[in-house]
Amino acid sequence: MSNAVAHADEHAHAAHHPALQHHFDTMAQQKEAAVVGMWVFLLTEILFFGGLFAAYMVYRIWYFDAFAEASRSLSLFWGGLNTAVLIGSSLTMAMAVRCAQTNKRTATVNWLVLTMVLGTVFLGVKVIEYADKFEHHHVPGYNFQWAAHEAPAAGEHAPAALAASEGAAAAEGHRELSLNADQLQLTTQIYFSLYFTMTGLHALHMIIGIGIMLVITWMAYKGRFDEEYYTPVEMAGLYWHFVDIVWIFLFPLLYLVERHV
Amino acid sequence: MLDKLKIPERHYLNNGHGLASWLLTKDHKRIAIMYLISISVMFFLGGLFAVGIRLELATPAGDFVSADAYNKFFTAHGVIMVFFFLIPSIPAVLGNFLIPPMIGAKDLAFPRINLLSLYIYWIGGIFTLYAMLSGGVDTGWTFYTPYSATGSNSNVVPVALGVFIAGFSSILTGLNFIVTIHRMRAPGMTWFRLPLFVWAHYATSLVQVLGTPVIAITIVMLGVERGLGFGIFDPARGGDPVLFQHLFWFYSHPAVYIMILPALGVQSELISTFSRKTIFGYSFVAFSSLAIAVFGFIVWAHHMFVAGISTYAAMVFSFLSFSVAIPSAVKVFNWTATLYKGAISFETPMLYAYGFMGLFAIGGLTGLFLATLGMDIHLHDTYFVVAHFHYIMVGGAIMGYMGGLHFWWPKITGRMYSEFFSRIAAILVFVGFNLTFLPQFVVGYLGMPRRYHSYPDEMQVLNVMSSAGASVLGLGYFLPVLYLLWSLKNGEVAGANPWGASGLEWQTQSPPLTENFIEAPVVDHEPYEYEHVVAKEKHLV
Amino acid sequence: MSGHVSPISLYLTIFMALMVLTGVTVFAAFVDLGQFNFLVAMIIAGFKASLVIWYFMHVKYQSKLTKLTVATGLFFLVILLGLFLVDYGSKALTGMPPLLN
Repeated sequence: MSNAVAHADEHAHAAHHPALQHHFDTMAQQKEAAVVGMWVFLLTEILFFGGLFAAYMVYRIWYFDAFAEASRSLSLFWGGLNTAVLIGSSLTMAMAVRCAQTNKRTATVNWLVLTMVLGTVFLGVKVIEYADKFEHHHVPGYNFQWAAHEAPAAGEHAPAALAASEGAAAAEGHRELSLNADQLQLTTQIYFSLYFTMTGLHALHMIIGIGIMLVITWMAYKGRFDEEYYTPVEMAGLYWHFVDIVWIFLFPLLYLVERHV
Repeated sequence: MLDKLKIPERHYLNNGHGLASWLLTKDHKRIAIMYLISISVMFFLGGLFAVGIRLELATPAGDFVSADAYNKFFTAHGVIMVFFFLIPSIPAVLGNFLIPPMIGAKDLAFPRINLLSLYIYWIGGIFTLYAMLSGGVDTGWTFYTPYSATGSNSNVVPVALGVFIAGFSSILTGLNFIVTIHRMRAPGMTWFRLPLFVWAHYATSLVQVLGTPVIAITIVMLGVERGLGFGIFDPARGGDPVLFQHLFWFYSHPAVYIMILPALGVQSELISTFSRKTIFGYSFVAFSSLAIAVFGFIVWAHHMFVAGISTYAAMVFSFLSFSVAIPSAVKVFNWTATLYKGAISFETPMLYAYGFMGLFAIGGLTGLFLATLGMDIHLHDTYFVVAHFHYIMVGGAIMGYMGGLHFWWPKITGRMYSEFFSRIAAILVFVGFNLTFLPQFVVGYLGMPRRYHSYPDEMQVLNVMSSAGASVLGLGYFLPVLYLLWSLKNGEVAGANPWGASGLEWQTQSPPLTENFIEAPVVDHEPYEYEHVVAKEKHLV
Repeated sequence: MSGHVSPISLYLTIFMALMVLTGVTVFAAFVDLGQFNFLVAMIIAGFKASLVIWYFMHVKYQSKLTKLTVATGLFFLVILLGLFLVDYGSKALTGMPPLLN
């Protein structure tokens, strides 16, 4: 009973915030519900990407050499740059939430815009990388070609071409591969199938995130938030940080399979 | 006394009229009604395909439809029944309607997300139905690769996409329930005062939230393989089709618990109410729901014993599968103990509850046959499996759904249905069900494989029994449509608590107000205390 | 009523730590650690993710329920990956993968 009295008491004294929905008693209850709800949603996201990680794990164990070879064909520069950009956008997002918490409207809008700019930079870099894959026939499907026949003539570094002949591989300091050229042609395709599915879904999440942030920024600009009610900014932040975390794992898994040979 | 009862002047059904007041509602009760209508349509469509299957199997020759059409029939039956009827059935209809009043809340935590989940369900359903009508799918509801990825030339991607979309509806419902049960309980409604129905839905929601994303990503991988020519599961490119099965069953085995757990929750309410006794071993029944939900995630590979998983893994999964029997048995034994020396009455919901107990026990125990490595090699992909999972899904989940629907119908509509016809329907369902599926255990054990449209002559007797039983079953499911609709206008007014049940939802008027309670309830007693109910009833009438 | 407000210096520290760890993980990938390359990469990634979850996502200041939710997600991810390994790990004993046989 004492619980009930305290409950009713709280209800009577709290001034009704315009953002309080009718079925909640207090802003605190509403906010707590939103935070938990968002985390439960992120929990589904963990398992969504978890399925991909499971597939990745299986094939990485089976076809490690193909994964190592294919991974070396990715540009460490672009991948590293994107990691830095995304971590930076997480910082700006955290700052946006902080400014919303402390009721700084203009600063909130600015940090949100900066976050979106960094997100767009990330996607731009992704476009450059994808374009490169198309050029080299590294997109899985009928035109997939691992050891490009014309590549060595152009003077490009093509690790698979080297791997195909063991002598050249030894000269380069490569260890002997357990897969021959035909097997590499097949199994690197699995790597790139996973590469495109993983990075593609990650990019899709970023595009959705930027879409959400456009709405949130507009709401912040219109002054919808104050230190009592900034839940949408915080939720968008949680989502954005989650996307960042996925990339934190994708980067070593896709770019750094075996770089030391 | 019954003459004095009147439908209350103000309730959720007459609070706003017209299509927009339904389509834009945020009231969990109206959303539940819309779900009820939607899944009933789906149940009817899925049933139509079942009729086609049983007609074909009435004779040994493949004479009713071609083998190709038969493949599409059982696929359509499976996809519609699993993804569009069974998974949303109890949670989205009864759970949606009852969880807020049961815990003393005005609504679910996220009413708009609740409405969104209904729209997502509709979009997924329309997608799937369109794909089914414009050519159909012939992969079976399991979409196994490599056939689904490279072999089949039917509408795999659109149907899979429909399932993918409907999955989000399921996730959002589960998410909403979890947050609601955690954060919206009335003062005094502690965890161990929650009705077991709510505990069961909490466990169900966990499975929905944790399992569904994995089928979503599996469908995405299947989609990019089939649509874009990626090679993930393609054995011709070094891929592993068994990987698809692993990912598929990581969701689809727990999905069975999405179907059965809410029915177990309904069962606990029915058994307690109609024996007028506190449930025996409340906390054991409550935690066994959670245990089933968690164990459900560690047993999936028993669907794949002959698919090429390693012998060692098969042993591990066989052993783990047996562990699910423990919490399931806890429930059945505790219900039995609840009945012991209870003041048992035999109203329609209780008839379903009795039917449920027997059928669930048979379904569960035959599951142990299939979890046994040696037995499974003989029984895999035979009608024994078909009979087993129908005992769980139809004998368990749908019996629970029907029992729950009859139990809470007076709460939902404010009126009673015909007790006479509803008892007849309950008996028809029980008899028809057993006549349909008991012979399938035998015919499966004799070696009849599933998914073929013809079979050896000597199996005809058992198959004709099965087809005959299916028509009785169909009648048993059709009868409620008539008398429940009839009751909407002509049924006796039920009053707030026609069964003398103990739950908080019976302490408000029937049909309830939009905000469920006139003033926020305060809970000051333990669950299933019937001496408490009598005292309150006077106050209500 | 408003949630815990973290100092800007904390955010900057976390950001710097994440950047440094990114450098470390790239560096570690170029050192031949044999089987341990993967383990090191995953430990670093896991640590980075924890920093983001704990400080940027404010889980440190959230209710026990939120912490439990995060833990549940990780627990079931471990079940997913772990039981896959039960099969695929023991398949190595029985002559797999198919392509190489």
